[in-house]
Amino acid sequence: MGLVAKARVKSPWIVHYCCSSCNGCDIEILACLTPLYDVERFGVLNIGNPKHADLLVVTGPVNKRNVRVLENIYNQMPAPKLVMAVGACACTGGVFHNCYNILGGIDKVIPVNVYVPGCAARPEAIIDGVVLALDKLSKIK
Amino acid sequence: MSRITFPFGPQHPVLPEGIQLSLTCEDEKVVEVRPVIGYMHRGIEKAAERNPYPNNVFLCERICGICSFIHALSYCQLVEELMKVEVPPRARYLRVVWSELSRMHSHLLWLGLLADSFGFESLFMQCWRARETVLDILEMTTGQRVIQSSCIVGGVRRDINADQARQVREMLNKVKTEIDAVLPVFQKDYTIKARTVGKGVLPKGQAWTLGAVGPMLRASGWAWDCRSLGYAAYGELGFEPVVENGGDSYARTMVRARELVQSYELVLRALDSMPEGELAVKVKGAPPAGEAIMRTEQPRGELFEYARGNGTQQLERLKIRTPTFANLPALLAMLPGCEIADVPVIVLSIDPCIACTER
Repeated sequence: MGLVAKARVKSPWIVHYCCSSCNGCDIEILACLTPLYDVERFGVLNIGNPKHADLLVVTGPVNKRNVRVLENIYNQMPAPKLVMAVGACACTGGVFHNCYNILGGIDKVIPVNVYVPGCAARPEAIIDGVVLALDKLSKIK
Repeated sequence: MSRITFPFGPQHPVLPEGIQLSLTCEDEKVVEVRPVIGYMHRGIEKAAERNPYPNNVFLCERICGICSFIHALSYCQLVEELMKVEVPPRARYLRVVWSELSRMHSHLLWLGLLADSFGFESLFMQCWRARETVLDILEMTTGQRVIQSSCIVGGVRRDINADQARQVREMLNKVKTEIDAVLPVFQKDYTIKARTVGKGVLPKGQAWTLGAVGPMLRASGWAWDCRSLGYAAYGELGFEPVVENGGDSYARTMVRARELVQSYELVLRALDSMPEGELAVKVKGAPPAGEAIMRTEQPRGELFEYARGNGTQQLERLKIRTPTFANLPALLAMLPGCEIADVPVIVLSIDPCIACTER
């Protein structure tokens, strides 16, 4: 593993986008950053700029309005990049699967590498997902 | 002076959710604001017309993950009103306990986000640490951290037994100690005052005419709180709305800070005076043809729901008016004239919940 790849795995930066989730998973992602779970001790940093990010964390199902925003954010991220779908809605559409405005899970729009189940996903599950993503990231040369 | 228009959102570090405010600025001053919405719309009201009415509880809970219990409570009370169901007293008290615990975790979350919006990161962390204990209580008593699913039409699904009640009291005392350490910072700290006092002023008259609700209205001097209507067990517990007169972001912070302590007292009082008895009554049949409305107080303000039944298992119409929707006109009135640097604080001071607003 080269130095850059090593550094990427040591401290992955994440950008969070809330598609049309109910907020349940979003506040659990925020809870991951706060003292009890504190993912920052693993070097995980939440940032606002997709151009700085290695990992895109998405909550909620895609709807007809935000599909363009999601694609934009994904396209702005530099490769290598990974996508993590957090919560039942982001994975499959969940409880909103039959709503008229919902296209479904985010894998309908962008490729997803890690699926985190749960409604709402627990912080432990989200951290587990990040660890899985790091494992995938370390295999990218 | 030339004008420049730029987007604030839908993906922005201050806002966890997707809403866009299109800000037109002259130099550093905001002169015009246009909200661009629809990024979070799912169509829950329409989906609710397809489900059998008991299943909608779980859909309504997922309108918003922060105030999920109160959404479920409102829907259950609405259907109970439509079907003329009498809820057992113990269930009404348990509903108050979980409602107020939800309010505590929501207000702590908001206080943290406010601190984060002006870069006071250690305070953000402290608020969220206190919040974790509230979530532990919710998990212990209902089985889930943020979406509790403990309210059903006719009552509640879970009980808090004597042993759990003792543990809840102990944990709440721990929360209270942490709150007592955090709140004086919000009340007295120089930097917080510099960022919130006089920012986003909403005068008393304007608050009323623009139809603001909840802490927004109470911070502008109106003693208006739907819990005063006495739904669930609030009538028996004795309740007085918290009122501040400043009308600015600081006053709104103080309203929520005092409500936090009030919610703590309400939970303890509800646990003390909870009667023994059934948790739920069995609800038979379908909602009859007719209409009902329900108003409840969420952490963000008044939630209004309307339902029309037609004698089948499905509701013919379910309408939900959420508090942030009512507060948006007031936000648009507060923003013009402020500095760009104050936009995040003013936007957060209404405690926006876009998932609620767009459903």
